[in-house]
Amino acid sequence: MSFLPYAVVVWLLLVGLYGIVTSHHLVHLIVCLTVVQSSSYVLLLAIGYRTGAEAPIYKDIPPETPVVDPVVQALTLTDVVVEATVAALLLALAVQAQKRFGTVDPDEIVTLKG
Amino acid sequence: MSRRVRSGLFLVAAAVFAFLLIWGLLGLPDFGDYRGPYGDVLQQVALPERHTPQVVGATTFDYRGFDTLGEEFILFAAALGAVVLLRQQRGEEKDEEEEQDHPADRQRRDTSDALRLLGLGLVGPLVVLGLYVIVHGHLTPGGGFQGGVVLASAFVLVHVAGRYLILQRVRPMPLVEITEAGGAAGFVLVGLGGMIAGSTFLFNFLPLGEPGTLLSAGMIPLLNISVGLEVAGAVVLLFSEFLEQWLLRGRGGGA
Repeated sequence: MSFLPYAVVVWLLLVGLYGIVTSHHLVHLIVCLTVVQSSSYVLLLAIGYRTGAEAPIYKDIPPETPVVDPVVQALTLTDVVVEATVAALLLALAVQAQKRFGTVDPDEIVTLKG
Repeated sequence: MSRRVRSGLFLVAAAVFAFLLIWGLLGLPDFGDYRGPYGDVLQQVALPERHTPQVVGATTFDYRGFDTLGEEFILFAAALGAVVLLRQQRGEEKDEEEEQDHPADRQRRDTSDALRLLGLGLVGPLVVLGLYVIVHGHLTPGGGFQGGVVLASAFVLVHVAGRYLILQRVRPMPLVEITEAGGAAGFVLVGLGGMIAGSTFLFNFLPLGEPGTLLSAGMIPLLNISVGLEVAGAVVLLFSEFLEQWLLRGRGGGA
């Protein structure tokens, strides 16, 4: 049971990579990339988790209460922001590819270039 | 390389990769059994040192404040990059734009009354919620990044409600750009305030206040507000650029 979160990480990473490799559409490919990246959120949050611990907000809990690690949660926030920006830039490039090549199939774009 | 060969190659590589990954992850501490030194230290010092009960916020905007500055500028640069990429396209297609200014009208016809009413009704509450999440970032879960996105989604709702023309009025582009740039600059200026106060960059130079009240935690609320402005501006900017592409193309399909 204790390996289950890490198994989810491996699964998300691999299933996202599979989607990227077999993709027929640039937007689909970008969504697959965000799936790959979401594995890193699960990994970070899973590392910082403590059984029975509270969220690291000392509003209604006594100061001695064990809480989950706030550092990895802050890192996850960074991760989410980076993912959103990467997706935005790649989507802009996908729009550009559609205009320039008239297709959003990665295979066809490669064929046109070669 | 054919699609079949590539898929086969990927499956072999993925199997090897999965094995290595699981092997590596097995070396991590058991799930739920983590004793990170940094997390423990922060939990003990955040409330006495920064007067904020929200340790994640204190980590993001104070102890890791310099990293968050970089993070904010990643977003700024990405929004800028997307605008540059899409703006070039707009120049190329200028004639087409003048021919077809009706997709907005067509979209209005496609929108049902229920969706329009619900969308417009939710705009006000969402703006309030976004501002609330931003200014309470040092007290409750949330903060500039989350609240900024909520705030931007209010503007997206105006579009969902099918009023592109209204959207252009409530979303004047220079104002959005100034908001975004002002948010990014605000973070740096607050950081420089620490240097003016005679210490290091991002040194907390403001009174810490009573823990748990709105005006507390020193400069963390100010940093939250500047990040909130930056994120809201960037998301609205990105959304408008992509929306403009959609309108240029005259239909929702394609890229």
